[in-house]
Amino acid sequence: MTCQVRQGLHALVVLLIHYPQTSLKTPLLSCFFFFITLHHFLLFFFFLYFFLADMAIWFARSRNIVSSLRQNLGLSAILIKRSYSSPRPVTNYPLSSRVFLGPFTSYRHESTAVETQPDLVQQSDHEDDAQELDFPGGKVGYTSEMKFIPESSSQRIPCYRVLNEHGRIISDTDFIPVSEKLAVRMYEQMATLQVMDHIFYEAQRQGRISFYLTSVGEEAINIASAAALSPEDVVLPQYREPGVLLWRGFTLEEFANQCFGNKADYGKGRQMPIHYGSNQHNYFTVSSPIATQLPQAAGVGYALKMEKKNACAVTFIGDGGTSEGDFHAGLNFAAVMEAPVVFICRNNGWAISTHISEQFRSDGIVVKGQAYGIRSIRVDGNDALAVYSAVRSAREMAVTEQRPVLIEAMTYRVGHHSTSDDSTKYREADEIQYWKMSRNPVNRYRKWVEDNGWWSEEDESKLRSSTRKQLLQAIQAAEKWEKQPLTELFNDVYDVKTKNLEEQELGLKELVEKQPQDYPTGFHI
Amino acid sequence: MWGIVRQRAVDGGFSASSLRRTRSALVSARSYAAGSKEMTVRDALNSAIDEEMSADPKVFVMGEEVGQYQGAYKITKGLLEKYGPERVYDTPITEAGFTGIGVGAAYAGLKPVVEFMTFNFSMQAIDHIINSAAKSNYMSAGQINVPIVFRGPNGAAAGVGAQHSQCYAAWYASVPGLKVLAPYSAEDARGLLKAAIRDPDPVVFLENELLYGESFPISEEALDSSFCLPIGKAKIEREGKDVTIITFSKMVGFALKAAEKLAEEGISAEVINLRSIRPLDRATINASVRKTSRLVTVEEGFPQHGVCAEICASVVEESFSYLDAPVERIAGADVPMPYAANLERLALPQVEDIVRAAKRACFRSK
Repeated sequence: MTCQVRQGLHALVVLLIHYPQTSLKTPLLSCFFFFITLHHFLLFFFFLYFFLADMAIWFARSRNIVSSLRQNLGLSAILIKRSYSSPRPVTNYPLSSRVFLGPFTSYRHESTAVETQPDLVQQSDHEDDAQELDFPGGKVGYTSEMKFIPESSSQRIPCYRVLNEHGRIISDTDFIPVSEKLAVRMYEQMATLQVMDHIFYEAQRQGRISFYLTSVGEEAINIASAAALSPEDVVLPQYREPGVLLWRGFTLEEFANQCFGNKADYGKGRQMPIHYGSNQHNYFTVSSPIATQLPQAAGVGYALKMEKKNACAVTFIGDGGTSEGDFHAGLNFAAVMEAPVVFICRNNGWAISTHISEQFRSDGIVVKGQAYGIRSIRVDGNDALAVYSAVRSAREMAVTEQRPVLIEAMTYRVGHHSTSDDSTKYREADEIQYWKMSRNPVNRYRKWVEDNGWWSEEDESKLRSSTRKQLLQAIQAAEKWEKQPLTELFNDVYDVKTKNLEEQELGLKELVEKQPQDYPTGFHI
Repeated sequence: MWGIVRQRAVDGGFSASSLRRTRSALVSARSYAAGSKEMTVRDALNSAIDEEMSADPKVFVMGEEVGQYQGAYKITKGLLEKYGPERVYDTPITEAGFTGIGVGAAYAGLKPVVEFMTFNFSMQAIDHIINSAAKSNYMSAGQINVPIVFRGPNGAAAGVGAQHSQCYAAWYASVPGLKVLAPYSAEDARGLLKAAIRDPDPVVFLENELLYGESFPISEEALDSSFCLPIGKAKIEREGKDVTIITFSKMVGFALKAAEKLAEEGISAEVINLRSIRPLDRATINASVRKTSRLVTVEEGFPQHGVCAEICASVVEESFSYLDAPVERIAGADVPMPYAANLERLALPQVEDIVRAAKRACFRSK
């Protein structure tokens, strides 16, 4: 093309130079010059034509390139961006299939998300944020700023509390007031739970029961949550909530009978100690596998919803249990089914020897609620009044709005995980002492009750000594009580005993009668 | 995975033994008593669930795709329109989750029918089936009963590979507290599913994908809405006197075909359809072996610790002196199910295997 241009230009130059100089000196010379100029004119226009045609083609091709670039890249944006040292961030769009960009590709891979927006070419960057996109799940706005949601927010979710460490109500605090009767009952039950835990733990250490698990440090969660519920609310415990059953009327004798697995045990000696359960108290039998009660609670909530009952399901879980798959399934389901369930997580810092820093990387459990579309609150679990208010409100929300609610109660597990554990092996004794003495929920609440003039030192010693006496008597009686008869080995496997079980029972009876020396004395059928 | 094999079942579902005796090879399957209808296993299951749901408002269905999709295998077809989304519940994809929820609902007094797309996926929920459902009545000393039914296809289908072909009969049948049922014909399907839904204990109901499309004759009695089969009773599908062939689910069809072949060779085989794996009908099993003195048991599942092992043990324990030949066990190959059609065929018991085993038991061949 360039040679054509040159020739054309040359022709033009010749034309321009020669033409003014042509004179009529001789007709032959003028004719000669005329034809030369004509030739140059023709050449010039000839080459001009092709030159223009080539230019046209070139422009057309480059226009296509440009328009395709614009469509896919937002050409102007690229040209501006090239001068920036840092790539512009874009919000988290799904990256669709990339267009091959040629020389731009390797440089621009960070902001390829911008390419996937066909609308970009229609308007300037300022109008981007006003547009919305239609995806399954509803309309979502978009932004051309690539920004990752940080893994944790700069501030942790604050903890709701009512009483300060000295048992005084924090001014301007929002809470549901409790009557003297209720307040005193709550304190009594917290103290009773403390004594019960202490005595049963000692009984296990003496070898009188095989196993025990204390709730030391979590008395406020146990009693205050129970006090905030109605008796029709169905409780699915984990295992560190005997206080809920205590509040609902389970007697110390009944607790002892279960631990000893004697004939009076409602569980008929089928379960390990602390696996309490009582139909009449709406307290489901404790089950050892962790977190299985969470989807079950969603199911119970669904059943209550279908039967239009004025009740909700309430279930407890520890910080460790939230790592289980059932936690995800239970919360997700409860939200999708719009089931009236209150999930109470006792975040006590330890899952046997696993500290919460090794359990999850989130800001506790409360932030997980929003991920499932569940309303959540973080509460000071060692503050009885705060727990009471939070659980009461959550319960009302669950029942009236037919939705699940999540409560994270912050606390500390003062005792060992169970009698099979020695927590001094994995945590400092000082740490345990600190929480036991300075952050004790029972003492803190006691101060408030006493400040109101509802409790005295005398009441305290009377309660503790009478409870202790009652417990010791209960243990002695439970220990002596005979165990279940042989028939209970085969009952309740099914609703009605199947034939093979009947045969086995008969066979065993005959065997015991035939060979009594092989069976313990007093072993009765 | 959706392979539907439509075949006419030659012998299935006949309760009148007289018809069987007069039948000859020339008479086609259609020569049954006038007025008797045919029904596919799919329709039988659908009608059973439908009738139980209309009879008891506490019964509800839950599972993946049971509602709007009409069921992954169309077993729950039409139920969403009839009963609404509260009683036909499409669950998110979490077997552990929805099994737990079903158990929780059963704790609270409802009667869920939980569908697993196949029982292979029930392994993700097996803790809830066993620890939360099967053992609850016992552990709570009768305070918590769990009237739940877990149902779905079990065992091998056609060309679905190892993770979709395992048979779980032996696993579930070993757990006290569960009842395990395995229907074969449409009548079995109707009667046993109705019994399962009405039963206050947790029931594992093992269906078979390849049987869903099969048609079986069904009596008027079985079509009645109050029809129910007893749990724990086996059915003698074909009477015989030379050898007892005991099996369940799809293998009953194979056993009946094998019995036909054996009859041509002069061996009269008695075919027993277990119907109930737990409780096992040891009385019927042993009575039959005491009659014939020879036992062949067949199952699709893995051989070690299988259902056949339990039947053989029971017979050896109780009817040892009646046996004239060693007990024979036919099971699937001890390998994860291969995909290729030829390998799959080799990994499952075939009619010829049953015939050979019966002949061995009768000392007719090695």
